[in-house]
Amino acid sequence: MDNKNCFHCGLHLVAGQEIAFNEKEFCCSGCKTVYEIFSSNGLDCYYDFENAPGATPQDIKGKYDFLDNEAIVAKLLDFKEETTHIVSLYIPHIHCSSCIWILENLNRLNPGISSSQVNFPEKKVRVVFNSEAATLKAVVLLLSSIGYEPYISLENYEGTKKGISRELTYKLGVAFFCFGNVMLLSFPEYFDVDEFWLEQYKGFFRWLIFALALPSFLYAASGYYVSAYKSIRAGMLNIDVPIALGLVVMFIRSTVDIVFNLGQGFFDSLTGLVFFMLLGRLFQQKTYNFLSFERDFRSYFPIAVTKLTNGQELSVPVYDVAAGDRLLIRNQELIPVDGILISSEIDIDYSFVTGEAIPIRKRSGDKVFAGGRQLGQVAEIEVLSSVSQSYLTQLWSNDVFNKKEKQGYKTLTDTISRYFTPALLALAVAVFLFWVFKNVTTAFNVFTAVLIVACPCALALSAPFTLGNVLRIMGRQKLYLKNATVIEQMAKIDTIVFDKTGTITTNKKSAIVYEGEVLTDAETAALKNVLRGSNHPLSRRLYDFLPVYTVAPVQDFQEVTGKGVLGRAGVLLIQAGSAAFVGKDEAGTLQTNVHIAVNRSYKGKFVFDNCYRDGLSSLFQLLGKNYELKILSGDNEGEREALQQLLPSGTELVFNQKPEQKLAFIKQLQQQGKNVMMIGDGLNDAGALAQSNVGISISENVNVFSPACDGILDAGQFSRIAYFMHYAKNAVKTIKMSFALSLLYNAVGLSFAVAGKLSPLAAAIIMPLSTITIVSFVTITTNYYAKKGK
Amino acid sequence: MSVIYLLISISIVVAVAFFFAFVKAVKSGQYDDDYTPSVRMLFDDELQKTKTKTKIK
Repeated sequence: MDNKNCFHCGLHLVAGQEIAFNEKEFCCSGCKTVYEIFSSNGLDCYYDFENAPGATPQDIKGKYDFLDNEAIVAKLLDFKEETTHIVSLYIPHIHCSSCIWILENLNRLNPGISSSQVNFPEKKVRVVFNSEAATLKAVVLLLSSIGYEPYISLENYEGTKKGISRELTYKLGVAFFCFGNVMLLSFPEYFDVDEFWLEQYKGFFRWLIFALALPSFLYAASGYYVSAYKSIRAGMLNIDVPIALGLVVMFIRSTVDIVFNLGQGFFDSLTGLVFFMLLGRLFQQKTYNFLSFERDFRSYFPIAVTKLTNGQELSVPVYDVAAGDRLLIRNQELIPVDGILISSEIDIDYSFVTGEAIPIRKRSGDKVFAGGRQLGQVAEIEVLSSVSQSYLTQLWSNDVFNKKEKQGYKTLTDTISRYFTPALLALAVAVFLFWVFKNVTTAFNVFTAVLIVACPCALALSAPFTLGNVLRIMGRQKLYLKNATVIEQMAKIDTIVFDKTGTITTNKKSAIVYEGEVLTDAETAALKNVLRGSNHPLSRRLYDFLPVYTVAPVQDFQEVTGKGVLGRAGVLLIQAGSAAFVGKDEAGTLQTNVHIAVNRSYKGKFVFDNCYRDGLSSLFQLLGKNYELKILSGDNEGEREALQQLLPSGTELVFNQKPEQKLAFIKQLQQQGKNVMMIGDGLNDAGALAQSNVGISISENVNVFSPACDGILDAGQFSRIAYFMHYAKNAVKTIKMSFALSLLYNAVGLSFAVAGKLSPLAAAIIMPLSTITIVSFVTITTNYYAKKGK
Repeated sequence: MSVIYLLISISIVVAVAFFFAFVKAVKSGQYDDDYTPSVRMLFDDELQKTKTKTKIK
């Protein structure tokens, strides 16, 4: 009976606190309300698809008032004409088929909604509604009330809505269409029989093939010509150069062949080649639609804030906030600008900025920085600087963020191509010169045959298929990489820099240790009862940490701001707070402590330790063998000794680093010729993540926002970083092996070509065969390496 | 035997028709999300089933 879970959200039920309704049990009234909404609208099916699929609706009072502002709404809408409005909303909670079902039946909850459609991979819902019967605010509130609160940030507001690129799909379709039909029509020619009717229609078939090959050659393959042209202009020979050359030569030679009735040409191979290569592109193009690797503060900041003008509350877009304005920040709202606190006292959770889980208490007159989340009562702040001028956002004016691509990374394929292309051309010219003195026609045939058969189709496919597969395997193991190139870069890393707070420590749980005279059960119970009345973050956490006792009333409860709490439970007078508060002298330590005194006699203290992630020590031992390890922290040196004990000697520890200093630190390492991987989590690591060769962001929940980076790692997989690094190396090894294999095919094909014996049929067999070999080889090898490392 | 021209033309026309169907499908966004429809198609039946269930009760 212990394992009862909430019918709606699946949360474990605490005995005695569950709410029974309609023979179902719920963890809180929020979940019960959602159930009521669904059942009264005949939407019970929601619970049939999946067990306990729901989320508890959060308190959103006043949070979406800004949606009353017409200008903001207009920016958010995808489409607007007369009364038909369309909006796409990102809902992080979308996770199962029940979600899809309920969100596509929204029209039954609000008649103003005409239809809604979910895009599951992107976790988006597209709602079409009638603006006379429903407003955007109503839609958002409805979604929030059923536990599907959309995430609306500044990014939506600025958002240049990027259309989905369907070019590759079109090209692939064209290529496949041409390939299939050309193959079919080429068939009679493969059986080299001198049959009367076949002879009769040869010309017709050939010209039809020519016509069918045109779209593939001109449209589907166009990307290769552009890329080849660009790379020649940039003075480097990438793999697309020999491909484009091969394609063009193949086309010209084949056209000449059929014009002068010399043969059937290589159109079948040509279209096949284009199709396979585009397939490789598609395979490599694995994207995690629900993740974004380009996020900056904009996707984290709210669209609007509540401004106070002459005692009136008014929602204004965040960009309109200017110095001197008074803002109202509610509980759980984000502070978008630097300012001065006017209200008496608030707690600010800077966990996203610094990774530090313990909220910071600010008092009236204190400076508050943008990026913190307000916890507590409604607070009023006076703005010091506008959004773009704030301390945190200024980091983004650094050059690192303005570069679109990381400059000048040469992939393995391009490196090989630098040697391959000149060698190929040299060979073609050499055989041409050899034959030209014997027979000019053969010489031209051999010259083109060399270029055709050496067209590095298999070579070009090795990397996309290997990396594409590795990308998927890593994705299944919860390391989500931005693109395939990251894997190659990972294999080259020699230095790994870790952030401390939130990266090697977890901010979910922190260990609380008691030091001092043992507290009796009665004393602990009294302490817990006293703490119940306090809202201080440390009190809350200590309260959660202490075992459950019976609830007892507390007399004379008093909370002394910035010092501690005291109260009397029964005969015991409990004091909990700073050392000075309980009357003990203690030199300033760097630890976070709560001291306890019972009946005015000092008992001991609870020490709040940051909790290191599981397997940290063994991970560092493992990585230490192959990599230079560094810890880069924004915190003070309080934990230097603890870390030194935990980590292998030689690990460099750098403390007190500001975001710009972190960036500079990485840059300096790179200037020493190191390939640096940065592993971090908060916005304060954003600069370092962008500067590093590979920036990996650790995330407790991958749906929550992480700064711009090359990869997002689920925090639960932290101890497996060594495995991923090793796997990346093996992936590159696989590519090299498959390069060797594809060069072997090229050599076989070339031996035909050089001897002047390359028939279109041989070409049509060798090309797909080499492709299939390469694809199966890399798939098997990468899967093997993935298993082996486990 | 010139019927072969006719046959080939028909086959090409059919192929082109399918190709245009494909282009139209891409344009309408069918290929943008290849997961959700696979879940969605199962819903109608489920809904029916539960409805009849409640009726029996």
